[in-house]
Amino acid sequence: MPPAISVDRVSVRYRIPRERIGSLKEYAIRKMKRRLFFDEFEALRDVSLEVDAGETVGVVGRNGAGKSTLFRLIARVMPPSVGRVVVIGKVAPLLELGLGFHSELTGRENIMLQGTLLGFSRAEMRRRTPRIVEWAELEEFIDAPIRTYSTGMAARLAFSVATDVDPEILLVDEALAVGDEGFQLKCHQRIEEFRKAGKTVLFVSHALTQVRENCRRAVWIHEGRLVRDGDAVSVTELYHRWSVGESVALPQGLVEGTRT
Amino acid sequence: MSATSPAAVGRTRVVYDSTEHRSRAFEEARALWKYRGLVHELIIRDIKVRYKRSVLGIVWTMLAPLLNMVALTLVFSTILKQQITNYPVFFMAGAIFWAFFSQSTSSAAAQTQDSNEIAKRIYIPRSVFVASAVGVGLVNLALSIVPLVLILLVTGFPIHPTWAFVPVAVAIETLFAAGMGFWLFTFASRFSDIREMYLVIVQTWFFLTPIVYHPAIVPAKFRFALWLNPLYYLIQTFRKPIYDGVLPSPGLVAVSTAISLVVFVSGWIYFSNRAERFAFLS
Repeated sequence: MPPAISVDRVSVRYRIPRERIGSLKEYAIRKMKRRLFFDEFEALRDVSLEVDAGETVGVVGRNGAGKSTLFRLIARVMPPSVGRVVVIGKVAPLLELGLGFHSELTGRENIMLQGTLLGFSRAEMRRRTPRIVEWAELEEFIDAPIRTYSTGMAARLAFSVATDVDPEILLVDEALAVGDEGFQLKCHQRIEEFRKAGKTVLFVSHALTQVRENCRRAVWIHEGRLVRDGDAVSVTELYHRWSVGESVALPQGLVEGTRT
Repeated sequence: MSATSPAAVGRTRVVYDSTEHRSRAFEEARALWKYRGLVHELIIRDIKVRYKRSVLGIVWTMLAPLLNMVALTLVFSTILKQQITNYPVFFMAGAIFWAFFSQSTSSAAAQTQDSNEIAKRIYIPRSVFVASAVGVGLVNLALSIVPLVLILLVTGFPIHPTWAFVPVAVAIETLFAAGMGFWLFTFASRFSDIREMYLVIVQTWFFLTPIVYHPAIVPAKFRFALWLNPLYYLIQTFRKPIYDGVLPSPGLVAVSTAISLVVFVSGWIYFSNRAERFAFLS
């Protein structure tokens, strides 16, 4: 069986104007004066990764390492500059808290909005709404505007929508950092159910304990390169040692122990 | 690994392969159809949010053109002594035509930035945002028919049977507005000042188009400015059945339709071929 996600020697390059030119006026002036310079920024360099259906993989790395870019590739938000990405199955990203929610709309209206953002039909979302509300334990508040919700309530609703839509591949990007312990446990259980149902989960988190609890495998992305790929415990351990300043052997060409 | 062919994995599965490129214009159309529920939700959201916390609510949409009409009627019929019979009706018909065009296109230009926060994290065909901008404009257009009919009744102006042609005129205008929306959305993804620039252009365009004045008063030597203005043909197509009580001539309808089709199709193709680059927006 082919892997659910296969990222094959992928690079992503952003072309950044050396001086930021955001306006047509400036662009025209510079073009006329032949003063347009671009820098290339490689968010990912030659990354290869295969994830089998049913695997739960943690992704660690410091901010700006390229984790979100990797997720965007898999969610087909952007194409790779070089290489190939093949994804088999429906992908649902678990959005960062509140993204796509509108505070003036009620919980119910937001479920419809969020569900259709993920590509579902309105009829389908109406059918799923009761179950989503039940899991989020928001029966009493579902017809109140989201602005009246606590952070935890909004997080429960977001998680409930994203996981109820029954994706084959779930992308979790720092979304579980909020909420109380009860919520974290519930999310953990749901990810476990996902895993048991043979679904694929990709999990970005700075909370290394969460990565270890939820994933068997982890990858470490550093400056756009995939530097480690292995079992979650040893990869997070290594990443942790590097983060606190211990010298860790990274593949050649990478500067050791530089942090911001 | 690269030997993995999507064909080998069964037809029912969703497969995304970044190296596979069918016709982009076709793919975007298919994606837009799949996400039509989202277009619907975005239109509802826009309208609900706008009216949820206001006292007058939906009445605003109807009140705004009415107030405008009163002011402009005073200016143009009393002060400028312009001779147009039943100026309120003449102006109102033009005003709701204009409001639809300017609102939906400038909203499409603004969507580039407004939708980016979410669209750079999950895959959404961006044409959804242009479609919903135009959709919101259409809803407002439908609502502002109410004050127009009100004016007709109050001034005793006849409701001509040619009103039946109005939906066709609206359809032609919708094509044009959507096409412009696609061009603007794509431009605005490259340059952030397009949005502001367009607002200025729309202002000027308003006065170049015979909305508040009758095209007949334009001196012969400036007529070419009317002929070069696509909205001249569109407003005539729209206003004739309401105000003059006649159907627009087949020639006029043909020109309007041709212009709108060209703008729409070219806009769609340009937009969908640039769509992949939208994610690189910061």
